Amino acid sequence: MIPEIGQFSLILALTLAFALGTLPLIGAARGVPEWMALARPAAQGQFVFVAIAFGCLAWSFASSDFSVLNVASNSNSSLPLPYRIAATWGSHEGSMLLWVLMLAAWTVAVSVFSRGLPDEMVARVLGVMGLISTGFLLFMLLTSNPFERLLPPAPDGRDLNPLLQDPGMVIHPPMLYMGYVGFSVAFSFAIAALLGGKLDATWARWSRPWTTLAWCFLTCGIALGSWWAYYELGWGGWWFWDPVENASFMPWLLGTALIHSLAVTEKRGAFRSWTVLLAILAFSMSLLGTFLVRSGVLTSVHAFATDPKRGIFILGFLALVIGGSLALFAWRAPRVGLGGAFEVVSRESFLLANNVLLVVAAGAVLLGTLYPLVLDALNLGKISVGPPYFEAVFVPLMALAVFLMGIGPLARWKEASLPELAVRLRWALAVSVVTALIVPAVTGKWSPLVSFGLLLAFWVAATAVLNLRARIGGGGTLITRLRAQPRSYYGMVVAHCGVAVFITGVTLVKGYEVERDLRMAPGDTATVSGYVFRFDGTREVMGPNYRAAQGTVKVSREGGGEVTTLHPEKRVYLVQQNAMTEAAITSSPLRDLYVSLGEPVDGGAWSVRIYYKPFIVWIWGGCAIMALGGLLALSDRRYRGARRREPVPQAAAATRQAAA
Amino acid sequence: MTSPPPMRLLQDQPLTGVRPQINASLKVVASIVLLIVSLSLAWAGEAVPTDQDPVRAQRAVRLAEQLRCLVCQNQTIADSNAPLAVDLRTQIREQITEGRTDGEIVQYMVQRYGDFVLYRPPFKATTALLWLGPALLLLIGAAVLARNLAVRRRRQAAAPLTDAESARARALLAGDGKKDRA
Amino acid sequence: MRYLVPLAVFVLLVALLAVGLTLNPREVPSPLIDRPAPAFNLPQLHKPDLAFSTKDMQGQVWLLNVWASWCAACRDEHPLLVELAKQRTVPVIGLNYKDQPDAGKAWLKQFGDPYVLSVADAAGRVGIDYGVYGVPETFVIDRQGVIRYKQIGPVTVRSLDEKILPLVRTLQKQ
Repeated sequence: MIPEIGQFSLILALTLAFALGTLPLIGAARGVPEWMALARPAAQGQFVFVAIAFGCLAWSFASSDFSVLNVASNSNSSLPLPYRIAATWGSHEGSMLLWVLMLAAWTVAVSVFSRGLPDEMVARVLGVMGLISTGFLLFMLLTSNPFERLLPPAPDGRDLNPLLQDPGMVIHPPMLYMGYVGFSVAFSFAIAALLGGKLDATWARWSRPWTTLAWCFLTCGIALGSWWAYYELGWGGWWFWDPVENASFMPWLLGTALIHSLAVTEKRGAFRSWTVLLAILAFSMSLLGTFLVRSGVLTSVHAFATDPKRGIFILGFLALVIGGSLALFAWRAPRVGLGGAFEVVSRESFLLANNVLLVVAAGAVLLGTLYPLVLDALNLGKISVGPPYFEAVFVPLMALAVFLMGIGPLARWKEASLPELAVRLRWALAVSVVTALIVPAVTGKWSPLVSFGLLLAFWVAATAVLNLRARIGGGGTLITRLRAQPRSYYGMVVAHCGVAVFITGVTLVKGYEVERDLRMAPGDTATVSGYVFRFDGTREVMGPNYRAAQGTVKVSREGGGEVTTLHPEKRVYLVQQNAMTEAAITSSPLRDLYVSLGEPVDGGAWSVRIYYKPFIVWIWGGCAIMALGGLLALSDRRYRGARRREPVPQAAAATRQAAA
Repeated sequence: MTSPPPMRLLQDQPLTGVRPQINASLKVVASIVLLIVSLSLAWAGEAVPTDQDPVRAQRAVRLAEQLRCLVCQNQTIADSNAPLAVDLRTQIREQITEGRTDGEIVQYMVQRYGDFVLYRPPFKATTALLWLGPALLLLIGAAVLARNLAVRRRRQAAAPLTDAESARARALLAGDGKKDRA
Repeated sequence: MRYLVPLAVFVLLVALLAVGLTLNPREVPSPLIDRPAPAFNLPQLHKPDLAFSTKDMQGQVWLLNVWASWCAACRDEHPLLVELAKQRTVPVIGLNYKDQPDAGKAWLKQFGDPYVLSVADAAGRVGIDYGVYGVPETFVIDRQGVIRYKQIGPVTVRSLDEKILPLVRTLQKQ
């Protein structure tokens, strides 16, 4: 019964999405206020029904209803309840339903938080989002129905993939999807602006908070995925340039370019058509990512079970949505004009340079990800593109971007003076260089790459301090001067410092990490980077749905002093019968100590991997700080005061209507 | 396609090679050493690395990290626990012992598995676009940016002032010289 | 005009992805095609005192089938090989890859033995020489001992009819 309610709700949601995607858009084009007014209620109705459908699927999982094919394929009665619920989005069909739920949620949020916008704009934005919803709901109902029945019902389920039975994996997809789907708002605003022919600074002001919020979610989602891979997969890596990781990184790069570009369009009215293009491209990358993960075109750990029919549908949908929006862009954008003028050296041009670098970086990642496919399609052989390529190509581009990140905020809008900038920046540069040279030497192992990485990080920090000092010049106490700065400024500073923290983490880990691959018998010790690891053998333990060999490793400092006891495990999940290693990690802001069991070796011994990872939490800490910066920028008073503002555009529309 | 069952016992590293005499005595010494080590299980010992010589072990790991595992295609041979990866790691160690250079060992793998096995795509005619692409994109981007800035400048310079604007400009220039805040 | 560039690039991308849907990204083509089959000399599975070498097949067109008793997919293709052996079109040599000899022999007894003979590659070294990365795999080798085709994964009716048998017939005419 419940699955049928879910199925029916999806169909209702589809009808509402279709109504949302057609009537308000036609209404806006023709000037029919009743049709435009349908947008908000349709959006809210769509959300209600998608939520009901999602609830039905979650209920089926929670109650272990194995007459639903999706539940039987991805769950099991011995799976703990939190993971049963998380299994709702652990499969292709379920994750599509999550996608659609997120999209409906963003749509309803836009419908609620858009009182200050003219009706036409609201109608168009919600309409475009409705069209996207229609596509995805149709895709689900035609090819990936999560409510498909399995009759007669299975006695028990095939269990959730053990890799997904983990808290990190539970939260990572929802965060990621909130980001991907969130860029659809910026996309819809861009399309609405192109359709309406009005591409001005106000459009940028409305788009900005939505884009920043989506960007925050995506940053968290990617960071969570990286952190999960680190502690779950057992070999200490945290980014593999895997095709699906790249598929999530490209929208992030374009999204970052977009929030910077929007800043310029809002403040100076410049880059309008470029910003619109970026908004289209950022969401296009999200859609492309969806295609790459589900079509089987690229191999990846993340790839869902594939079906050519699905691949064709998504590709067709992609072609329609992105092709259509780029065609619209080609048609409408030339009329937009250049906007505000600025000099060759100015904050605008620094931001434009930042954009170029980020877009080229995204292009490079796309090139590397798809190149094997290109060669294969042209029958020119089969290659694989791994991290060495991506690192060689990506790092120089980002180094340049980070260098500019220090200068940009100090440059004046419209016209800046290079000599003046050089004078202001010289002590920041000097401090950065000196610190970058000294710090690695202190650790006893100097390396040019470590120095360079630290140089970039210190550069960002030093220029941030410089910028702050310049801004808070003036009268009044320090506190009042600090409080006078808008939150969006602090948002920028915090986010940029997040980047510095991230770079520091990456540099120090890559420069100083130690990995030892050892054969350890019970009682053996190993000394790694000043820590002594004593292996005390393994014992068998039973989990709720797995059997494990649990090792005990006592960690202490070389000079004496206990640190902790670690329990790495080698688990065998009972249903799917695959072996999985659970690493044991002890974390501190300065270092991670990481132990994982390999294979049992004759004599009761095991092959054990021990890792010393200095400053690795700074990587995800940096990402968290970046997201925090974004949130700070979002809480700026101009967004909080938006609702209290006079609805002047509404009055204008009413006047127009009366005059018509 | 399937692969052998997951749990496998690691084998001790055989010291085979093309120089029988030296290797025979090395084998004897190694066996004695191993015997002593295994006899001292009762006492806590320093853990034995999976390869006896740390320099060779480093080299083996470095090589293994350049090669892709064909079974678990998103891992290197160094990281993967697939049986084929284990076998290939053993092969690498043997070839290092035999005295092959890094280049020869990599060639050995490429001859059997193709370019796919290289983590770092080789630079060939077919991959030239891959390696040069980003630099090319950057040049194009920089060129577009430069052109855009130049066009802006020209447009700005070409826009004539209306009579009212000229008058205002003259007044400003002759007046108190208020600074234009950015 | 330059506003059309994004759309043009996108159209190319869609074309690429459409072609991509017809390809298999996991399949690694063999670099040994049109190269001499790596020589080996291994003990036979059923008669370990006797050896078999690739030189023994010189002058004949033959198939080398890589199999193992622990391989589930091998069971799928095995009836086809047994059928093929009955028709005596082309000799099939089995390479028992990383297997226990007793397990291998028992498997053949249970499912049929289509092979002229099988050799035991317990350590998997010959497999590595042939670039085997997943079992089963089948190689078509011509009279001069050159590999002409590699079937990755189980042999199917389609692959036999469309690729393997026509190739064998062409090679046998040479």
